[in-house]
Amino acid sequence: MNNFLQVLVVGIGDGAVYAMLGLGLVVIYRSTGLLNFAQGELAMFSTFITWTIWEVGVPLPLAVLGGMVGGFLVGALIHQVAVRPLGDPHLRPLATVIVTIGLFLGVNGAAQLIWGTLDKDFPKLFGESQVTVGGVAVAWQKIGAVLVLALMVLVFWFLFQRTKVGLAMRAVASNSESAALVGVPVPRLLMLGWGLAAAVGTVAGVFTAPNLGLGSNLMQLTLIFGFAAITLGGFDSPLGAVVGGMVVGILTSVLPQYLPIFEKMRLAPAFILILAVLLFRPQGLFGRKQVERV
Amino acid sequence: MSLLSVSGLRAGYGLVEVLFGIDLEVDEGELVVVLGSNGAGKTTTLRAVSGMIEAEGEILFDGQRMNGRRPDQFLAAGIAHVPQGRGTITDLTVQENLEIGAWTRKDGEVGADIDRWYATFPRLGERREQLAGSMSGGEQQMLAIARAFMSRPRLLLLDEPSLGLAPLVTAEVVASLRTVTDETGTAVLLVEQNADLALGFAGRAYVLEAGSIALSGPAAELKGDESVRKAYLGF
Repeated sequence: MNNFLQVLVVGIGDGAVYAMLGLGLVVIYRSTGLLNFAQGELAMFSTFITWTIWEVGVPLPLAVLGGMVGGFLVGALIHQVAVRPLGDPHLRPLATVIVTIGLFLGVNGAAQLIWGTLDKDFPKLFGESQVTVGGVAVAWQKIGAVLVLALMVLVFWFLFQRTKVGLAMRAVASNSESAALVGVPVPRLLMLGWGLAAAVGTVAGVFTAPNLGLGSNLMQLTLIFGFAAITLGGFDSPLGAVVGGMVVGILTSVLPQYLPIFEKMRLAPAFILILAVLLFRPQGLFGRKQVERV
Repeated sequence: MSLLSVSGLRAGYGLVEVLFGIDLEVDEGELVVVLGSNGAGKTTTLRAVSGMIEAEGEILFDGQRMNGRRPDQFLAAGIAHVPQGRGTITDLTVQENLEIGAWTRKDGEVGADIDRWYATFPRLGERREQLAGSMSGGEQQMLAIARAFMSRPRLLLLDEPSLGLAPLVTAEVVASLRTVTDETGTAVLLVEQNADLALGFAGRAYVLEAGSIALSGPAAELKGDESVRKAYLGF
């Protein structure tokens, strides 16, 4: 039983990180209706920015904020330089998706050029200590991940459901032409979406780096889990990203304990989950079903 | 001086030219219709006049040259556009559609305006939390019109409101629109294939044929014109 609880705790901690990356994917999906394959690489890049700021002696929490600002700027810049020239992503979805795949390679290469190919040690935001609850050791880092995630969800929920800018972002995602006709400056909102997604990704990277070491391939596995999370939760639902992230985190942590076949195939549960959801409930658990009447 | 004055308007998509030099005017508060069959260039005309496509020639609105501006700048100047196929934002609720319609406004009367639209179109009021995409065609058309009015435009561009609607529903939509324009004094540039409906609504009409204006004049006069009757009214 204790063993189960222990792997469960590990799964929830991992799940929180998948959910954070998933949130970034949801932000882009909500403003463009597309998946951003470069999401993980943007997160990695801004984690490197965080590391650089921390290296010169800035306390880590402040460095993370700096990394988020840096990530926001990089995301917004990438939108202006590489995505916007293609025109409206709603009219040219394939071109835009291909560009995000190109960005995946480009950002990865840029990080290697700037920071080299050797992994860096990255400190834990909430330290190394842990508490024991009912015989189960829980690292503060994992508790911190869950708390930070909760805060991020609240902020995003507020942004999308309670602010004018959030409403406009949802309008752009649903029907960019109509949004433009009511005066919404569509390209500027898309730029904001890219910036926000990259800023959110920073946090996911900051929680991943201490375990894996900070290198240019930091987020590649996490991105797969992030995709699984939002497929399960629904591409357009921040809450779905959280629930999906938790389920994916728990499954990938618990399953190998009981089904040895998954020990060597840690990614398999994620893929099985994606396949199953797409077959049986394509809109995900919390996603809005597409309704269209003419 | 006219509110909208278009002269020598040429526009198209890529190499395909659709409009070959169109002149048209809409006065403050005037209801004007552009009649034309499929492919005559009606939608293209409206898209040019709301800044959605580039056009040659001159587009003057309230004396200002509008050529080359973005759609949000056309809107800010006072031109609202209800596109063909209604263009409701299907993933937003009725209420949210109306709120986004007021995007450019900074005043504090948005809520009061929304309530007013619920009073004008009671069926929208009953469905404020419903997703726009799940409503009937007529309801979506009403929503699209109400949303366009949320920006308090001086000129409304309306693209084939009768498309895909039952005649009774169309009549209801047009009657509501009439009430609204009487009240607000907003000018309307309507493009339609349904001549009977359009000539009943508008005071003045243009007939667009293959990208050029073939006829123009008071709606009552065009209704009596033999060629218009044959082509659009079917008798």
